[in-house]
Amino acid sequence: MFNQPSPHEVKILTRRFGVENSFRIDVSLAHQGYEGLKKAIAMGADAVINEVKASALRGRGGAGFPTGMKWSFIPRTSPKPKYIVCNADESEPGTCKDRLLIQNDPHSLIEGIAIAGFTMNSNKGYIYVRGEYRYLISILETAIAEAYQHNFLGKNIQGTGWDFDLHVHSGAGAYECGEESALLNSLEGKRGTPRLKPPFPATHGLYQSPTLLNNVESFCAVTHIIRDGAAEFAKHGPEKSGGTRLMCISGHVQRPGVYELPLSTTLPFLINEVAGGLRPGRTLKAVQPGGSSSPILLPEECNVGLDFDSLAKAGTMAGSGGIVVLDDTADIVSYALRIIRFYQHESCGWCIPCREGTTWLKKILERLDRGEGSMKDVDLVGELAKNMFGRTFCALGDAAAWPTGSIVKKFRGEFETKLATYQAREISAELVTIG
Amino acid sequence: MATTTAPPSVINAKLNGQDIQTKPGTLLINLTKELGIEVPAFCYYEGFSLQAACRMCLVQVNNSPKLLPGCTTIVTEGMVIETESPLVVEARKSMLEFLLVNHPLDCPVCDKGGECELQDMVFKYGAGESRFVDIKHHEPERPFSPVVYYDPARCILCYRCVRVCDEGYGVNALGVVNRGVLSEIAPNLGDQLNCDECGACIDICPVGALTSHTYRYKTRPWEMKHVGTTCAHCSNGCKTTLGVRNDEIMRANNRDASGLNEEFLCIKGRFGFDFNHHAERLQSPLMRVDGELQPVSWSKALAAVASKFNAVKSAGGKFGVVGSNHTSNEENYYLQKFARQGLGTNHLDHARTGDVVTLVDALSGKNGKLAVMADLYQTKAALVIGSDLAQQHPLLAYELRRNFRHHQARVYAMTPGPVREDSYAVAKARVPFGEELAALESWREALAKEPELLILFGDSIKGDAVRRLVDFGESLGIPVKYVALVDYANSRGAIDMGLVPELLPGYAASGQPGMTLPEMLADPKLDVLWVVGADPLAGAKLAGKPFVVVQDLFLTATAAAADVVFPAASAYEKKGTVTNVTGELQRLNAAVKTMGTKPDLEILGLLGKEMGLDLGIWIADAVLEEIRRNVRGYNVTMPILASGGAALTSPVNGRVNVASRPELIRSAGDTLFTSGTLTKYSQVLNSVPERPGQLYKPV
Amino acid sequence: MSLSLSATTEARWQKILDAYPEGRKRSAVIPMLIFAQDETGIITRELMEEIARRAEVEYLQVEEVVGFYSMLRKQPLGKYHVQVCTNISCMLAGGMELWQHACQSLHLGNKQTSKDGLISIEEVECMGACSWAPAIEVNYDFHHHVTPARFDEIIAEIKGKG
Repeated sequence: MFNQPSPHEVKILTRRFGVENSFRIDVSLAHQGYEGLKKAIAMGADAVINEVKASALRGRGGAGFPTGMKWSFIPRTSPKPKYIVCNADESEPGTCKDRLLIQNDPHSLIEGIAIAGFTMNSNKGYIYVRGEYRYLISILETAIAEAYQHNFLGKNIQGTGWDFDLHVHSGAGAYECGEESALLNSLEGKRGTPRLKPPFPATHGLYQSPTLLNNVESFCAVTHIIRDGAAEFAKHGPEKSGGTRLMCISGHVQRPGVYELPLSTTLPFLINEVAGGLRPGRTLKAVQPGGSSSPILLPEECNVGLDFDSLAKAGTMAGSGGIVVLDDTADIVSYALRIIRFYQHESCGWCIPCREGTTWLKKILERLDRGEGSMKDVDLVGELAKNMFGRTFCALGDAAAWPTGSIVKKFRGEFETKLATYQAREISAELVTIG
Repeated sequence: MATTTAPPSVINAKLNGQDIQTKPGTLLINLTKELGIEVPAFCYYEGFSLQAACRMCLVQVNNSPKLLPGCTTIVTEGMVIETESPLVVEARKSMLEFLLVNHPLDCPVCDKGGECELQDMVFKYGAGESRFVDIKHHEPERPFSPVVYYDPARCILCYRCVRVCDEGYGVNALGVVNRGVLSEIAPNLGDQLNCDECGACIDICPVGALTSHTYRYKTRPWEMKHVGTTCAHCSNGCKTTLGVRNDEIMRANNRDASGLNEEFLCIKGRFGFDFNHHAERLQSPLMRVDGELQPVSWSKALAAVASKFNAVKSAGGKFGVVGSNHTSNEENYYLQKFARQGLGTNHLDHARTGDVVTLVDALSGKNGKLAVMADLYQTKAALVIGSDLAQQHPLLAYELRRNFRHHQARVYAMTPGPVREDSYAVAKARVPFGEELAALESWREALAKEPELLILFGDSIKGDAVRRLVDFGESLGIPVKYVALVDYANSRGAIDMGLVPELLPGYAASGQPGMTLPEMLADPKLDVLWVVGADPLAGAKLAGKPFVVVQDLFLTATAAAADVVFPAASAYEKKGTVTNVTGELQRLNAAVKTMGTKPDLEILGLLGKEMGLDLGIWIADAVLEEIRRNVRGYNVTMPILASGGAALTSPVNGRVNVASRPELIRSAGDTLFTSGTLTKYSQVLNSVPERPGQLYKPV
Repeated sequence: MSLSLSATTEARWQKILDAYPEGRKRSAVIPMLIFAQDETGIITRELMEEIARRAEVEYLQVEEVVGFYSMLRKQPLGKYHVQVCTNISCMLAGGMELWQHACQSLHLGNKQTSKDGLISIEEVECMGACSWAPAIEVNYDFHHHVTPARFDEIIAEIKGKG
């Protein structure tokens, strides 16, 4: 059903993948399951936070914010309840890793959340799972029940006197809910529109209480970081982007798949060695290295590391770890349209530039994709993207504008060719009619 | 270096190259407003929660290429702000370009054309040409209620309507449905509203998305003249601006937020003007001829009444004079003068709706005890006794709620049933009328801990109960102010002007015996019953067969039983002043004229002249001058009044040596959707599904 | 209560209502909607009113979310709702062609349902199967690497099950 593993992988988060019944707690326990939690309890909260900081783990959801620093922002002694929220609303096009983690190793996620719960002195956690991942809810609910039976959740966990309840919450189809504050609104039963920041979720999150919100992969990473020590994780990446990450490579490569690789991996290595390279006879046209929101890279820009800072330096971003490869068969105009169709569909409607900008861009790109319009329209796409960028309420507008702007800038020639080809065809058709 | 620093008392920043100073915590957009620099915005609306949704107010801070919304950015020390840099100007222009992607350019037929914020902004900041050549998304307009229409295509989703309804009125009847470009505003029943029907959402809408059914497609804003006056309905005294064309009121609103009610109006203030144009308005004097009321000329009717009055007067007969809760102070003053000096009678009364008299007496010798409207917004704590404030005193309820929203005012509600204040009150109690004083003891401790208190009480607290309530309040050991709630637009003025037998204007004891209203009706020997703007025979019978003279807008039950009826001008058709529930004096300004009618003051004047009396000239301003000279507390500052403001009448602060008549005091119990005798004649009040409403309605 | 739901849905509702702190029942609205829709296939006014009652919110607050979330629907769809992803990764792997094949072979357009009510199709956004594209989801069941031929097989299986 899924891809075969690659020999180049460094299996930390995916270490239990492939073990029979890896989703069961007895199997997990046989493979060091919940040792991280026990160790965290022994270490104490401050040590846990220091360990997460030392691991150089950066948020795996998309923004790449240092996880340890995020953890240190939570007012752990606040008299208000503290909440742990796991973002399992994976919906960035090109990304399909959280699904695998939950399906294969739900206990490493539960353990990571429990470690956070213990550290933050929290008594309640929620896993917000996107509605389309319904089958994962059953897997998680079963795993949670097992964790309660083994006293990794529930009352007086492991004799500490600390109680922690964990619930699974289903979304219902909204990309915007991957944005942390929109997710919190959605978790409160409201429309998934983003909130004004500040205040930030760390102090005013779920129900206006201190809330730690991390991606599935980040929580899973914490489990292994605490168990094996920060250094063991950090060593796999550059200084400021520690560890491994589940890289989802898709598009025009021979072996698309999700591979756990050190963050020191480069893009050419990923494409050529891990994913088997391009199809025979094909040449590389472009790569989107961090999901559909990331600016596109030309082949000559692809000699780059896959860690957060290297990609940022290359003018794009690591995002959610979805690497989409396009070879010379790809129609870049249609590709740009597909991206903007997505953002237009998912724009929550809260602010004007995103709501109207994505709609307008979609209309122009539809026209261009049909071979209609002119190069002025191509320029307009670039200008509108520029007018949206940095001016919308949340990052969704940026996510729509950034790749779109980069595509029309870098592939202007392709637009020109497409228009010329279509319009030549139309003219000749007309001539035939007249004749 | 100091380890602790006091928070700075002033913030220094640079705005468009100028050094400026402001208070810590100031929002950038408010700073620019204070300095008279326009930073355009749609979603920002002072007093309501921040949205940062329209992105119109983006400004440049510290030369950053990433612009910040002025509506959510706090000015900090050393901040360098540019509101007109090329980047900001370009961003504004592009934001408007985005806005016009789906906004229809139907300005020539749109109600808002000419006073539309989007139109103004595009004119000032927008691009000269449109680059959008595709098809706009369109959804048809639809009624949300008999008064509110919604045109989703025009809606720019600034969420002002949602906030004014939820945060402002506490009604929460509007929400947002669908997603992205399909998002639109929706009413709480899915397709219809169940709400106060106040129309605040219409006024606050910056574009023509929410329109008023009574106004839509009827006129253009620039074809109207706009007359600011005081609402004719309840006692709260909201300013309402009437849009008038060809002697017809086309709409009422308060968009300039210039009155003591700021942006507030209820359904009566915004739509309830329509009684004025009701087909049954009397337009000619009527006289009973052969048992039937028949139209006669003004001179004939005046002559008939004058000769009857003179005859009864010279024969030493009995007059009963009934005044109104709606007529102006000038009319009330002139009427009591007419009765007392002209007719020599002290049988003078009106329908009393709250015990202001006892309150004034109980507070004698104490200063600053009568609350004004501003106190509702400023007091730290308030106690509401026996009134469904949101229904009966909607402005007071709005102000109290606003106070809670902005200053966390602590509200205590003691009412016979559920009220809207319950939702945010620190304490609520269900207490039947008449048992409040005993129940209050349980709150004594809590109330005494408040730094100050404002007590509002309805008609269940009257006579001795008022004194006991004041005793309670004064025993708390904290500053306490009071409001005796009364019903109608000039209920307070009727008492102030001495429309009762026991009092002369300004709470001076008349020292004369005189019949009260029920006594007049019950007196078989009454010779003349003269009713100015009231309807005492609705639900009551006359014991005798007096000659009945009525001045009114409509053929009320009393008018139908009259011998002579004078058609009176409405509050919107005359000059004068009225006094609201909190003792503030405001102007009535004539906006329109109904042919054949005369203001009550003019009718009184002409009648006095016809009788050969010398009661002084009957011009409102002249009578007001007389009131200012003669009536205690009414020596108000004229410039405030003249400029359309509310001038505070000063408390009498002295003993009122009269017997309290609590048995005569009764509130009519109007809801948001009724307005005494006017209810029947307002098509709007009768069209909304919420009518007639119910006080203390369970949620 | 006029609305009657299966014991399974009721149990799911109760479980989710119990998952939130005191006074926070509104949190349950979206899960309640989708769990109920799994049973009823459609979100009716009656259902929204019932959820408003149970979650102690206003009707409008339920209405507000129903239109926001793309999986919630007020129109019925087929017993088997076939969702074809055409987002970038699937598109590069033939997702668009697969979607066209779905439309043509089933004679259905986007969000249309077969006359017998058995099958409906929808072009959807990224469903999280990018590395195994193109993908479809039949109700909640994922199918990866779906070729037009494999699509026909899946449809045949559905029709066989009825």
